[in-house]
Amino acid sequence: MATNEHAPLGGKLVTGPFLVLFVVFFAAVIVLTQRFAFGLGSVTHLSDGYPWGIWIAIDLIIGTALGCGGLVMALMVYIINKGEYHPLARAGLMTSLFGYTLGAFAVLIDLGRYWQGHNILLPWLWNPNSVLLETALCIFAYIIVLMVEFSPAAFERLGMKEARRKVHRVMFVFTGLGVLLPLMHQSSMGTVAVLLGHQISGLWQSQLLTLHFLVTALTMGFAVVAAESVLSSVAFRRPFETRILSRLAGIMAWVMLGFMVIRYLDVIRVGALPLAFEPGVQALAFWFEFSFGLFAVLFLLPKGNRTNPRFLFLGGMMMLFSGFLYRLNVYLIGYDAGPGWTYFPSFGEILVTMGIFALHIMLYLMCVKLLPVLHTVRSERRQRAGAGAPAE
Amino acid sequence: MTVDRRAFLKGAATGGSAAALASVTAPGEAGAFARPSKPRPTQALGLLYDSTLCVGCKACVAGCKDANDMPVERSRDQESWNSMVTPEQRNQVVRQVGDTQPIWDTPKSLSGSTLNIIKAYVHGRAEVKDRAEDGFAFIKRQCLHCNDPSCVSACPVSAMTKDPDTGIVNHHVDRCIGCRYCVWACPFNIPRFDYDSAFGKLRKCELCDHRLAEGELPGCVATCPTGATLFGRVDDLEAEARRRIALKPGDTYRYPRGDINRRFGPYTPPHEKVVQAAYQPEVYGDRLLGGTQTLYVSAVPFDKLGLPHGPHIPDRMYATETEAVQHTLYRGMILPAVVLTALILIARRNVDRHHTEAEED
Repeated sequence: MATNEHAPLGGKLVTGPFLVLFVVFFAAVIVLTQRFAFGLGSVTHLSDGYPWGIWIAIDLIIGTALGCGGLVMALMVYIINKGEYHPLARAGLMTSLFGYTLGAFAVLIDLGRYWQGHNILLPWLWNPNSVLLETALCIFAYIIVLMVEFSPAAFERLGMKEARRKVHRVMFVFTGLGVLLPLMHQSSMGTVAVLLGHQISGLWQSQLLTLHFLVTALTMGFAVVAAESVLSSVAFRRPFETRILSRLAGIMAWVMLGFMVIRYLDVIRVGALPLAFEPGVQALAFWFEFSFGLFAVLFLLPKGNRTNPRFLFLGGMMMLFSGFLYRLNVYLIGYDAGPGWTYFPSFGEILVTMGIFALHIMLYLMCVKLLPVLHTVRSERRQRAGAGAPAE
Repeated sequence: MTVDRRAFLKGAATGGSAAALASVTAPGEAGAFARPSKPRPTQALGLLYDSTLCVGCKACVAGCKDANDMPVERSRDQESWNSMVTPEQRNQVVRQVGDTQPIWDTPKSLSGSTLNIIKAYVHGRAEVKDRAEDGFAFIKRQCLHCNDPSCVSACPVSAMTKDPDTGIVNHHVDRCIGCRYCVWACPFNIPRFDYDSAFGKLRKCELCDHRLAEGELPGCVATCPTGATLFGRVDDLEAEARRRIALKPGDTYRYPRGDINRRFGPYTPPHEKVVQAAYQPEVYGDRLLGGTQTLYVSAVPFDKLGLPHGPHIPDRMYATETEAVQHTLYRGMILPAVVLTALILIARRNVDRHHTEAEED
């Protein structure tokens, strides 16, 4: 019988890897100081041809998809598994919370007029035709929902039993919202790019972007869950939970296959396939994306593979790379601003993106050590602290 | 008889399916699901730019800066002869603020400080004006004030608006959060952000509506000596454009200047000119991407002037597609409400079950 006992891992907070992460984060803070003092142009390679760089494409568009582990976990626990608790549910929720909060943070530093950013919360300024408005509001609401969903961990730690009981009583509402909101804004991130029209190569531009972004949020969310599950069982020497995961892997393999069939038939339908044979970065990115997807399906479709942690991990990774590259392709590589415009992220931009991911891992390490996040394994309580935490 | 009937049925079936297919896959539109395009307001104001009349004097660039109080912008490679710059600095553009005011204005492209610019198309030996091969031509770039603008659709905080009467697309800097979605989405790459300032602003041409309010012409029109930039009601400008593209080389034509409707600014008499190069048989802005309120006529193909043109450019703006998707999925918020109710019911049942199990444990 599954239980819902969680315990902090404990152990030393400041370890070697933690210090390395902190240095990266600190470097990002210095870059950001420059950005706020002298403007976006002083640290980024953004231009009017490429007004959105990696802070949007990677930190927000890809980062929040990686944060869909919580969504997949919720689907897994409440829809497929009929409420049977998954030992990683709370950890998955926490990763989502950080992924989304840091994605929103990336938007804030990227906003050219951040001091007016609150305008997006003023209903009389809302533009109902703006897909970006719906996306932003849904992300904002989802972060609040994630906070509520994660609050029991904090209440437990603080010994606030009454608060924990109260929040538990209304949790089903937040669980429902926690599935609906990401479905809404993840699909809308695809619709956002539809407005670009011919500026995005026919290899990616399609009205099906709405659907494709929804599906890649699920595949990437699953990949994160699979990776987290396998890595934490290795790093913290926990028994490996394959039953639910392999069932989910089967579903995701078919989802991935369906996605690929629809996506590539659509590319053929609009007559864009010849573009895939024009030598260049776009064609290369197209074939890499295709190969990752193909390998994900090949690894996870055979039934025997799905109970094998190695194939689950590899298949998950392929799915993750495929989704990562797909989204990068739509937002940056497949986008052509026209003659005269080029973009490659500056060192400062890369540093900030690395700093945000470093902050994410640091927060993860701190939380699993201080808060009851990871599921207790009775026989193996109190693992060695600081042993390689699950990577994102 | 039977054969005839079969042939008829077959023909009808093929025709029917072809028609069905055509209805979803018009060329360049890739079977998109879209709302109808928004029409141009009947009293819409705009510009007609005739590339064959433009002499590239850039008076309009200066006129625009004056009219909009925009800072002077200087390319580093156009320094004074005795200035000290490194080769690296030569490729940069300086937007001067404070004490280092440059003496003359040499912007390279539209920017947060330049809302209107004349660019040149140059090919090969660039011998003859208005010729694609071994020739050159000028093109004026500023906001086209689309009939169905994507920037207005894109902006989450309504900082981009389209005037229902004049059709002018305005930007409200006090609302703008600087997300630059409009910069990304505009198919003409018009809105520009100032990346070199800690408190940058987004800027775009607003057809000098502050001058129109005083009965004056937009800065670029008021300064144009040849009438290459003509102002007026877009419907009248379009009729004028159609008359011009019907002209043949050698014809003499009286080209109006200023306001074609003679309502704004001082009256400037038309001038006569012999048509040198054959016009492209098309008015740019009448249909592509839903149509625009800035119209172009030219002797050089429009794609060579840097305007989106060709079989891959549809006759409607892409906002027709995004808004169709959005307003179908979220019509009355019915679909999200149904999904949410279902999710909450499932979650409630399962949380309850889980809760009792946990208590028993």
